[in-house]
Amino acid sequence: MWQWLVRLYHRLGSPKWFYEITEKWIPWLALVSLVGGVAGLILGLAYAPADYQQGNSFRIIYIHVPAAILAQSAFMMMAVAGAVFLIWRMKMAAWVAKTIAPIGASFCLIALLTGAIWGKPTWGTWWVWDARLTSMLLLLFLYFGVMALHQAMETEDSGHKASAILALVGLVNIPIIKYSVDWWNTLHQPATLKLTEKPSMDIDMLIPLLIMIVTTYTFFALLVILRTRNEILLHERKRSWVKKILES
Amino acid sequence: MQFDSFAEFIAMGRHGFYVWLAYGLSALIIMYNLLAPLLRRRQIIREQAQRLRRERNRSSQVENNDAPSA
Repeated sequence: MWQWLVRLYHRLGSPKWFYEITEKWIPWLALVSLVGGVAGLILGLAYAPADYQQGNSFRIIYIHVPAAILAQSAFMMMAVAGAVFLIWRMKMAAWVAKTIAPIGASFCLIALLTGAIWGKPTWGTWWVWDARLTSMLLLLFLYFGVMALHQAMETEDSGHKASAILALVGLVNIPIIKYSVDWWNTLHQPATLKLTEKPSMDIDMLIPLLIMIVTTYTFFALLVILRTRNEILLHERKRSWVKKILES
Repeated sequence: MQFDSFAEFIAMGRHGFYVWLAYGLSALIIMYNLLAPLLRRRQIIREQAQRLRRERNRSSQVENNDAPSA
């Protein structure tokens, strides 16, 4: 097991290996994302029963919750990739961390926008400065900060270092987002899904949500792979294997 | 199926504006995230292939100039 992990680590560190293996993964990730997205949306928008209190506005959950979960786990992945770069100087990790930032920011923005739109008919307001909403807005600004540091530093390497450090420091915000609905009084409803408890949701409401969450992860993997391959092409352009791709 | 007609599905029981606005904005952001790396890839390949051709041409010219003249 350990040997296998070490081998996987060394392979992941190789841009050429990553570029070639993901060539085969892309069509499958795209297919799963498309089928999952269509199925999850049809089930969620047309077949799930309306909420007895919120009516049909609750259907926003099928984009809001997956986007919010992903925005948080993407930030954690970005911090881990940044740490791998800082400790072992693996350039592939730096490129992955860099590509996650704009994607994670996009999903964070989706969570905030759909949350505001959902809030209007449910709470009667687009926005309140309560703990959950504010900590989520902070997450968006942390993503923007990481993106800005990549651009602002004089060399690419110091940009990678500075943004990795900000990502690691920003990890503090993740448990704050998670527990904000328990620690403070808030308009935001508590977690819909908990790993340790049986879901309180109707099964016909729950299944589309689970489909959408899984689909969001596969789509995220697809986006990270597409952007990382661009980084590889750009940085490895002097290598013979990239020249072959450029000439074809 | 929760709705009796397509019109009812669009109306979402008075919440149509909010539901479709949320999904519409999300779709825009998602499409941008998918298109941006695909377009960037085409740009990178075009630019780098051009650079490669230029370098090849230059080096072949240098070789010709270095060739001993009769």
